Amino acid sequence: MVDLIQAIYFVAAVLFILGLKRMSSPTTARAGIVWAGAGMAAAVIATFFIPHMSNFGLMVAAIIIGSGIAYASGKRVAMTDMPQMIALYNGMGGGAAAAIAAVELIKGVSHSAIALDLAVLGALIGTVSFSGSLIAFAKLQGWMKGANRFPNQQAINVAVFVATVACGVFLAFVSQHPLAILLFFALALAFGVMMTLPIGGADMPVVISLFNALTGLAVAFEGFVLQNAAMIIAGTVVGSAGTLLTQLMARAMNRPISNVLFGSFGGDGSAAAEGDAGGALKPIDASDAAVMMAFASKVVIIPGYGMAVAQAQHKIWELAKLLEERDVAVKFAIHPVAGRMPGHMNVLLAEAGVPYDKIYDLDEINSEFETADVALVIGANDVVNPVARTNPDSPIYGMPILDADKAKNVIVIKRGQGAGFSGIENALFFKDNTRMLYGDGQAMASELIQGVKSF
Amino acid sequence: MIEGFTALYIFMLAAFTGYEVISRVPVILHTPLMSGSNFIHGIVLVGAMVALGHADSTMEQLIGFVGVLLAAMNAVGGYVVTERMLEMFKSSKEKKHG
Repeated sequence: MVDLIQAIYFVAAVLFILGLKRMSSPTTARAGIVWAGAGMAAAVIATFFIPHMSNFGLMVAAIIIGSGIAYASGKRVAMTDMPQMIALYNGMGGGAAAAIAAVELIKGVSHSAIALDLAVLGALIGTVSFSGSLIAFAKLQGWMKGANRFPNQQAINVAVFVATVACGVFLAFVSQHPLAILLFFALALAFGVMMTLPIGGADMPVVISLFNALTGLAVAFEGFVLQNAAMIIAGTVVGSAGTLLTQLMARAMNRPISNVLFGSFGGDGSAAAEGDAGGALKPIDASDAAVMMAFASKVVIIPGYGMAVAQAQHKIWELAKLLEERDVAVKFAIHPVAGRMPGHMNVLLAEAGVPYDKIYDLDEINSEFETADVALVIGANDVVNPVARTNPDSPIYGMPILDADKAKNVIVIKRGQGAGFSGIENALFFKDNTRMLYGDGQAMASELIQGVKSF
Repeated sequence: MIEGFTALYIFMLAAFTGYEVISRVPVILHTPLMSGSNFIHGIVLVGAMVALGHADSTMEQLIGFVGVLLAAMNAVGGYVVTERMLEMFKSSKEKKHG
């Protein structure tokens, strides 16, 4: 029986890796998650048959309640809210890894010193990921505002971290006294909260990705404690994949991970950037903008998170289809950090029905702006700000941007005058070939559709 | 038993596997992929079940119960949202057929 269970765990580990591999291409991605899901289901069912276990009633009850809540919330959540939902589920995983460690520490991990060390390390990482993810969720959900900073914050954080580690070392090498266990988890929870508090909303995707990788590591360590190879392999694969993903995101945002975790954004730089924006904003009517696009040969649409907030993606896709019927080439250009995390905007466009082969990323599209007649910017701001190329004083200097300013005409749909998420003036808006279309994204998209239809 | 260097080899190989598998992922799939990897560490459910299955005292049972509850949410929630996102990825050809 034990051999059969081990064999099923082995198959599950293979399915996880194959599933992850298939998720790396749009054509096979849908099959990928199903494969991984099959592996998970098999592993969970097999676990019920491990000899000498008890508490099956509690186990089934916990699974039913947990699955029910997660299924209901996962089915209902809007696509725009996906990042915080991922943060929430990830935090649950970290908490579960910490709970495993807690049970093992209370029972007294006996089989080796390494197992005890890894149990404590996994507990630390899992707990930090748990409380940190909850804070990340609260921030993205809008329950907490922005970056919460106070004097001497870094010093206090370091002190809490050192105290947590000291307590962990005590657990691992001296004694597993219940009070020490309690203090250790309390400190780790506090540290997770405090390290996430000073981080602003714009950097949250990087942090969520980091917590995702950390949870993977915690799971792998607890897998070693429980001598479960499936947990070790799956956890480690997620740990390394998540680390790479975190680096890719940080690089796309031109924000080194150390800056995200320990630095502050904006501050003194934004004032310097405002000075040279200059010039006047030139408004345009929806009907004029529609003419411009209807008679163009190539239009590049640059959607940002503002489009998703205005729920304008369906209208924009309708507009794109209308233009294509008039033989206008339409392409969607997506900045790596459009939306709230890399790939989020692709999901939002996919929801509206835009095929993924019409969507281009930064490297593919940037050379095409020079031949585009119109660049339509909707709800995007910092990712098209040319000061990132030109002004070394700007806080976003060096960030790769979409070169919308190189298109013959630029139309910017914007709710009103004002700076972007980072609070930086956008030099693109003041350029000679830029026209501002003020209004709600969805309403303006509808007017553009009416305008194009009338020709 | 998985001990010492055997464990180290497993960690090393799994880490390279994760890195290699992800390194060829296009940006458009980053969010679903983060969600998918989030689902995969839901395997912690198996560990939480073992911990609860071997729990003796009421305290251990309580913590084990919470562990299984959280792990089940990680696994099921991760699957549902990943599946929902990936369901929408279709090319122009598939759109025309269906």
